[in-house]
Amino acid sequence: MSAAEEVVAEGHQAVEAVPKRAMTLGTGTSLVVLAALVIAPVFVKNFIIFQMTMLLIYGLAVLALNILTGGSGQFSLGQSAFYAVGAYTTAVLMEHFNVNYALTLPIAGVVCFGFGFLFGQPALRLSGVYLALATFALATAMPQLLKLNFLEHWTGGVQGLVVTKPDAPFGLPMSQDMWLYYFTLAVTIAIYIFAVNLLRSRSGRAFMAIRDNEIAASAMGVDVALYKTLAFGVSAAITGIAGSLGAIAVQFVAPDSYTITLAISLFLGMVVGGVGWLPGSIVGAAFIIFVPNIAEGISKGLSGAVFGVLLFLVIYLVPHGARQVAILGQQLAGKLRKS
Amino acid sequence: MELFTNQVLAGIATGAIYACMALAVVMIYQAIDHLNFAQGEMAMFSTFISWQLMQWGVPYWAAFVITLAFSFVGGIAIERILFKPLAKAPVLTNVAGFIALFAIINSSAGLIWDFTIKQYPTPFGSAPFLGSQLISTHQAGMIGVTVLLLLGLYFFFQYTRIGLAMRAAASVPESARLVGINTSWMIALGWGMASAIGSIAGMLIAPVVFLEPNMMGGVLIYGFAAAVLGGLTSPFGAVVGGFLVGIFENLAGTYIPGVGNELKLPIALALIISVLVVKPAGLFGRHIVKRV
Repeated sequence: MSAAEEVVAEGHQAVEAVPKRAMTLGTGTSLVVLAALVIAPVFVKNFIIFQMTMLLIYGLAVLALNILTGGSGQFSLGQSAFYAVGAYTTAVLMEHFNVNYALTLPIAGVVCFGFGFLFGQPALRLSGVYLALATFALATAMPQLLKLNFLEHWTGGVQGLVVTKPDAPFGLPMSQDMWLYYFTLAVTIAIYIFAVNLLRSRSGRAFMAIRDNEIAASAMGVDVALYKTLAFGVSAAITGIAGSLGAIAVQFVAPDSYTITLAISLFLGMVVGGVGWLPGSIVGAAFIIFVPNIAEGISKGLSGAVFGVLLFLVIYLVPHGARQVAILGQQLAGKLRKS
Repeated sequence: MELFTNQVLAGIATGAIYACMALAVVMIYQAIDHLNFAQGEMAMFSTFISWQLMQWGVPYWAAFVITLAFSFVGGIAIERILFKPLAKAPVLTNVAGFIALFAIINSSAGLIWDFTIKQYPTPFGSAPFLGSQLISTHQAGMIGVTVLLLLGLYFFFQYTRIGLAMRAAASVPESARLVGINTSWMIALGWGMASAIGSIAGMLIAPVVFLEPNMMGGVLIYGFAAAVLGGLTSPFGAVVGGFLVGIFENLAGTYIPGVGNELKLPIALALIISVLVVKPAGLFGRHIVKRV
């Protein structure tokens, strides 16, 4: 076998193509979901509000991965690294520089955009499994990087940093948890609208063209290198903002919160929610938050096994995840109405 | 100078393990074009099986052989039940499948044997090898077993009918099918062998890293680095890559200040990314051209 010998391989498709219109919800359904999200916290306890906040935060992180994978067809098993960078940016800015928490979000977004864009450069030359591998290695290495000695002054090393939870502004009569929930909700809605518009825009079409056929896309004049790295950057930025919100909500950052397990969870959330279906992100997020809680309640260490088994079931039975279930539900409702 | 020789030899010893992992990864990659992210966990599970056997009073080498057989059958079973139906699915689905397998094995090992760190015996002892301070008998044993394994595999693939059939099925599946080779079972066989090779790596490294459900995380990343360095399409390259990565890891840990133990994984990451960027096919791999 000489190095010059060339093998022609039939290209496996990376991700199944999702039509653009199938990526979002109709206006009516969106408004109903939104109303539910706005009203719900009034009726529940603080702890549940906290969990709902985490739901939105993970939803954002899954959405980011969805833009990358469902939109541009690139894999990432390393989202936890971007999440960690966002969380640490916020924690360090808030605790060392006394920056207002709301201001740290855009900064975290920009920092992560840069990080993602740079990581996207070498990733450009990789596709499919190689990209999965490189990002997998990134996620595995991240906790060790955060523990580095010379960063310890800023990051607090193994112990991590404690973050102060913000009070509601303007003397609004609501608890910290509730304020944080509405704050997160506002950020989530803004980013969701941004994501929907992004995928409908010229850039979004370029992402999808690359996903479906890279060579055809470049023949049509799409700057493949630019848009692939751009997708990485945008995805990393959104994940970073989710990470910042996560740091504020949990009030704590430590290297071992951002291991490969988190990256796997986010990936799982995307698959469960349906690759390329943006509203599915919240379904996926609910799955990765509540299933482990239930499983750990039964036995410690069970959550991984439950995750794995459910993931296999999803792959075999509903390969398009929650989107497929939603479509089935719609069809069933249509049939019932007719009869 | 003695430190240097010492580190190179230690590097060869750990490199032997990376070589085994890389070889296991490459065997599955050759068969189905996917990276098995659960390879390390499969090896860890096998190692736990051997530990359990020894707890029940089975002598080391008997446990070793039983574990090999178990891993071989287990690997085939995983392929037949879980991954054969996914053969034509998109890459994403397959990656999800491997991740799911990773989670299941890791978590069930924790459930069965819990997450505490356990001592794992070595059959070679840990005295200095042949009276020299350079290398311990366990390290020498690691190298010895790996070399025997590699020789065995070489003869298997080069001189047996079934080895030839496996090579044919991996390189040109269509033609192999036409000459009557059952390519589907060759893939299953590849899985079984990869799983058995992984279990050898697990049992050899367990006395060094101690036995626990997450013990193979770092080893797998280095195995990937080795496979990428040698070229994912070349089993020979994977072995060479394994030894090179092992030596590199030890030398970097000794001579680059501030690296030590805590930067081991970032070094593997840097290695993977730089190889993929500079020479994506690896040292011995073939260049893959995609048909439009």
